[in-house]
Amino acid sequence: MEHEIYVYLFIMSAVTLAIRILPLTLIRRQIKNRFLRSFLYYVPYVTLAVMTFPAILDATRTPAAGGLALVFGIALAWWGASLFKVAASCCVVVFLTEMVLL
Amino acid sequence: MLQKGVLVTHGQALREGVRDGMPIALGYFVVSFTLGIAAKNAGLTPFQGFLASFFNNASAGEYAGFTTIAADAAYLEIALITLVANARYLLMSCVLSQKFSPDASIWHRIFVGFDVTDEIFGITVARPGRLDPYYNYGAMLVALPGWSVGTAVGVAAGNILPIEAVSALSVALYGMFLAVIIPPARQDKIVGALVLLSFLASFVAVHLPGLMELSGGTRTIILTVLLSGLAAYFFPVKEDASHGA
Repeated sequence: MEHEIYVYLFIMSAVTLAIRILPLTLIRRQIKNRFLRSFLYYVPYVTLAVMTFPAILDATRTPAAGGLALVFGIALAWWGASLFKVAASCCVVVFLTEMVLL
Repeated sequence: MLQKGVLVTHGQALREGVRDGMPIALGYFVVSFTLGIAAKNAGLTPFQGFLASFFNNASAGEYAGFTTIAADAAYLEIALITLVANARYLLMSCVLSQKFSPDASIWHRIFVGFDVTDEIFGITVARPGRLDPYYNYGAMLVALPGWSVGTAVGVAAGNILPIEAVSALSVALYGMFLAVIIPPARQDKIVGALVLLSFLASFVAVHLPGLMELSGGTRTIILTVLLSGLAAYFFPVKEDASHGA
């Protein structure tokens, strides 16, 4: 190894922490611009939705299990189940589906 | 005495953070376990794996980093790869800056910023009202050890979890995302349509030449900026509604 692992780790960590901490510490006022406010309002929904689908289909051993977990998760969340219940139910759905299919 | 005062005022938020952080910590432990195997292949010791995960707490970013270390690449390269893989946290941090009370101290901002992950961001925006840093600290209290110890154990012990458990637990994080985005999607038709559109666009992007070659993190950024920008342009939120998320 030509490079030192601790230097690699230091660089990785410094970059990651700067990305996370700089906006929070530099943007201290409420943004007044209506477009920017609306943009930041919509960001979480788009980001989390984009990260969930279709990635959930590839997370499990068979796409059907991930797909069923998605459907159950949406239904439970729609009817107001808690964060923990939705997450746990998705796991159970995958476990049972794969037990039947594999 | 000061310690006790802090606990009385912020204990509730702290406990709620720990409660919501538990499923995150559990999911993290499993995911970071696999990450530990990648770290081991890159030549990291369990302690180095622990350090990497404690200070980065980012699956894609760390995975990319470990691959770069394994290739013995230049230092500049690992900086750029980490920047690209983790750039979405920049957006999340901007969102959280608006949820913070304008007079929140810089220390709270730094410590909350320390652990802006997809999942902790998710539960933070789902909590109504202003950001309470103690809620985040509660979640971090369980999530950070879950992630960093999981990585260290992964380096040391390799794959000891049965494959059935890994597969089942791997959807826990997605379940959590659904619990965050679906209730507002039910209440607000525009958010609902946007979530549906995001699912569709994300599916298309994975199969579309030009976008499919990009990393998942980069696709997420492109789609987020594009779709949120369009939504903000065509459906600007009313002034009082924008505190919600």
